[in-house]
Amino acid sequence: MSDQQGSPDPFLDDGAEKQRTPLGRRMIGGVQNLFRMRLDKSGHRVFLVAAGFTIIYAVIAGRLVQLGLRPDPPTTYKRAQQETAGVRPDIIDRNGEILATDVKTVSVFAEPKRIIDKDEAVELLTAVLPDVDARDLREKLGSKKGFVWVKREITPKQQQEVYRLGLPGVGFMPEHKRVYPNGVALSHVLGFTNLDNQGIAGIEKWIDGQGMADLGLAGFARQSTDLKPVQLSIDLRAQHALRDEVAKGLEKYKAKAGAGMILDVTTGEVVALASLPDYDPNNPVDALDPNRINRMTVGVYEMGSTFKALTTAMALDSGKVSINSTFDARGALAYGRFRIHDYHGTNRILTVPEVFIHSSNIGTARMAMVIGVQGHKEFLKKMGQLDRMRTEMPESAEPIVPARWGELNTMTIAFGHGLAVAPMQAVAAVGALVNGGVMFTPTFLKRSAEEAAKVGQRVIKPETSEALRFVMRLNAEKGSATKAAIPGYFVGGKTGTAEKVIGGRYSKNRLFTTFMAIAPADKPKYLFLVIYDEPQGLPETYGYATAAWNAGAVTGKVIERVAPMLGLPPRFDPPVAPFPLMARLGAWGAR
Amino acid sequence: MPSRLERSPFAQWWWTVDRFLLFSLLVLMVLGIVLCMAGSPPVAERLGLPTFHFVSNQVKYMVPALAVMFGISMMSPRHVRRTALIIYVIAMALVVCTLLFGVEVKGAKRWINFPGGAIQPSEFVKPAFVVLAAWAFSEGGRRKDVPGTVVGFMLLACTIVPLVLQPDIGQTMLITLVWCGLVFLSGLHLFWVAGLGGVSMFGLFIAYHVLPHVAARINRFLDPASGDTFQVDNAIDSFVQGGWLGKGPGEGTVKRILPDSHTDFIFAVTAEEFGILVCIGLLTIFAMVVLRGLVLSRRNEEPFCRLAAAGLVMLFGLQSVINMAVNVHLMPAKGMTLPFISYGGSSLISLALAMGFLLAVTRRRPRAEIYDRIVPEHTEEAYA
Repeated sequence: MSDQQGSPDPFLDDGAEKQRTPLGRRMIGGVQNLFRMRLDKSGHRVFLVAAGFTIIYAVIAGRLVQLGLRPDPPTTYKRAQQETAGVRPDIIDRNGEILATDVKTVSVFAEPKRIIDKDEAVELLTAVLPDVDARDLREKLGSKKGFVWVKREITPKQQQEVYRLGLPGVGFMPEHKRVYPNGVALSHVLGFTNLDNQGIAGIEKWIDGQGMADLGLAGFARQSTDLKPVQLSIDLRAQHALRDEVAKGLEKYKAKAGAGMILDVTTGEVVALASLPDYDPNNPVDALDPNRINRMTVGVYEMGSTFKALTTAMALDSGKVSINSTFDARGALAYGRFRIHDYHGTNRILTVPEVFIHSSNIGTARMAMVIGVQGHKEFLKKMGQLDRMRTEMPESAEPIVPARWGELNTMTIAFGHGLAVAPMQAVAAVGALVNGGVMFTPTFLKRSAEEAAKVGQRVIKPETSEALRFVMRLNAEKGSATKAAIPGYFVGGKTGTAEKVIGGRYSKNRLFTTFMAIAPADKPKYLFLVIYDEPQGLPETYGYATAAWNAGAVTGKVIERVAPMLGLPPRFDPPVAPFPLMARLGAWGAR
Repeated sequence: MPSRLERSPFAQWWWTVDRFLLFSLLVLMVLGIVLCMAGSPPVAERLGLPTFHFVSNQVKYMVPALAVMFGISMMSPRHVRRTALIIYVIAMALVVCTLLFGVEVKGAKRWINFPGGAIQPSEFVKPAFVVLAAWAFSEGGRRKDVPGTVVGFMLLACTIVPLVLQPDIGQTMLITLVWCGLVFLSGLHLFWVAGLGGVSMFGLFIAYHVLPHVAARINRFLDPASGDTFQVDNAIDSFVQGGWLGKGPGEGTVKRILPDSHTDFIFAVTAEEFGILVCIGLLTIFAMVVLRGLVLSRRNEEPFCRLAAAGLVMLFGLQSVINMAVNVHLMPAKGMTLPFISYGGSSLISLALAMGFLLAVTRRRPRAEIYDRIVPEHTEEAYA
């Protein structure tokens, strides 16, 4: 090394000393050595220092790379955009009327990290926005989040006032607020959106499921007009009239709930659907109240005598029963320890049309027994009564099917007890019974007859369908459906009154009433359904609370009001030979 | 460019100075101004000063800094020692003055006011101290009649006592670390090296228990939930938000709330606006300077120059390492400027001084000149 001349190698020194010095001197030499600076060693040590620095720099560089690989937290704007789902397509009715649209509004947000004096900010903001909770806001601003909402959807005046506060770290985010100009008129069908403009019920939720909202999120659509509106099958005018009549009835008969529906049986389109009590989708605070469910799709009920239409169709379609077959309806039908009675007892042998118009439980039960348990189940399965019906409505319910289905079940289900289905399910089935025998799953989207024809499935013969139309019309002329037989529209119908199960037993005075009507019965276009939950008897109904007196009467009013709007012209001369096959067969009542 | 045949002082300087080191340092100075444009405007606005107040100041300080660096780098080792001694004496006197008349800023008396600006004398102590310590150790190792080791120990004691009283734990730590490095390099028995390690640990332990703010910082580093980690959180946020390529100059937002964004946390601001890749580039320049300095130190056969170069490089390197480590949260928060990049007149000129010394002692010299010093018997009177 460099300084060998300056200081001789100490190791050699020591070695030489060791041989001839006593221990004491060696100790001193060792201690001296301890204090000696050995500059010749510095070359290696500089190398060690360089290595040390290299490692430290490498560690810092590694840490930088690690930080670089950390997922990038979305910036404020991106974060906010994620939260405000942005634009949604308009929803329009079958005639192009706006049902739901987006309105531009603005929301206040804060970036807590950028706010210098948080207490001052809380004080000023709550002064301008009095309904913001000061303590809650202080907590939000104290958090380590990069972004918090102060208040969503404020007015332009409030925006101006917040702007004038000049607070750093407080900003505005344009948002789209969903508005339903018709308010309560179509609440259950439309559903509603949350603050972030995401659909959380009804058609709104269905739209999100179709990926249209994602499109808006991805930035392809900035305004709702950029998106193709969603056209529903609903006719707003008919909807309004239906809701209005059902609401009036609800009040008049002091029912717990009521609902109504109009189905275009030729295409499966839902033209109107109302369920009361309902809510205002503009302010859906009470939408989650269990009493405000959509009774057409979410509620499941024993449909009562309206199910007799299904049983009759099943019997006729099987070929084992003809329109002129007769059934013994005398006394009571005993099965084991159970006895089945008729409500309007006739105590005689009845033909098929008579069983229908007298709503004979015994006759219908016997009719079902002709087919047997297996055939009954298969038929109901084919008619979609045993499975959950899936439509555009996200809210739907599974039917309640007996776990063990014996002969007694078949007998009771034949007249509408023992199987609970969503009313819309029954409507879809009855629609198929009267439209010539083609089953459509109801839809809330507008579609043409051609589109419908592609998805329709034949379930019964056209002849059976004619027989069903015939008996329903007969029921309107001579049976329990006379209250809905509005002159000029050649209405057919069927009542249904089911006793509700309260505490495991059928209750005599808590009824669930249904009424189904078709118009015109010779070539049905629309099927009407009105249901009431626990309607009360009134003096003018002579204390009766059965279907004909409430659901039937309301259906009549609905038909009277809605049919002209829907383009059903009244015909004051009854149609010539409406049921040619029935006449040829000489069915009871056709003469 | 002067011809190699030319014998003017500049030509001599040009052909003997380490140009790689020189250019790296000039690049750092330029980067310092550029990054000051990113880091200082929010602070200036907060203080109600013109937006580019700190930038123009930094440019102004650059003139004396460059003059000092070039001037010092022209010196011979002997002049370097003398200059260092003079600066050390003056600066230490001023440090003692700060204790008596200093302005208290954030609980510490580090600054002394002069007409025309305040200076932080402890900044100037550092390079002078390193040169003097290197001198003491090299003499101690070379000659038995000079008590170099003892002088070295005395020097440390004299220097850090007033600094601890200020208190300025950061500078104390830095000076002590560099001094330990010098002891290590001067070839002292490993017994002492181990002993020094023990003493440093003890010192840190004492500091932890005696000085509450040191304890608080270390606790916070070890357990971020124990206290306010505002600075560090925001610094990390800067790196994460900046990503690899940064948000672009002037686009940073975290810097607006990051305290000391123009001094201690300029590295985080760099990351936010210019990206982590630029940060890695900056780190590479620092590493290059350090490694180049150490290579030159190792090549140097003259003990004083070798020790002084290594010491000055360690001073520079440790300062950069500590600052960057704090920025990326590998170390507890510690007020330490990033050499040439952080804003600060005293810091800049002190660094220029240190790098001037470094350039001076790493200049290539004819072997005869060195040989003279190594065989001192006949040139005793040549010593400063």
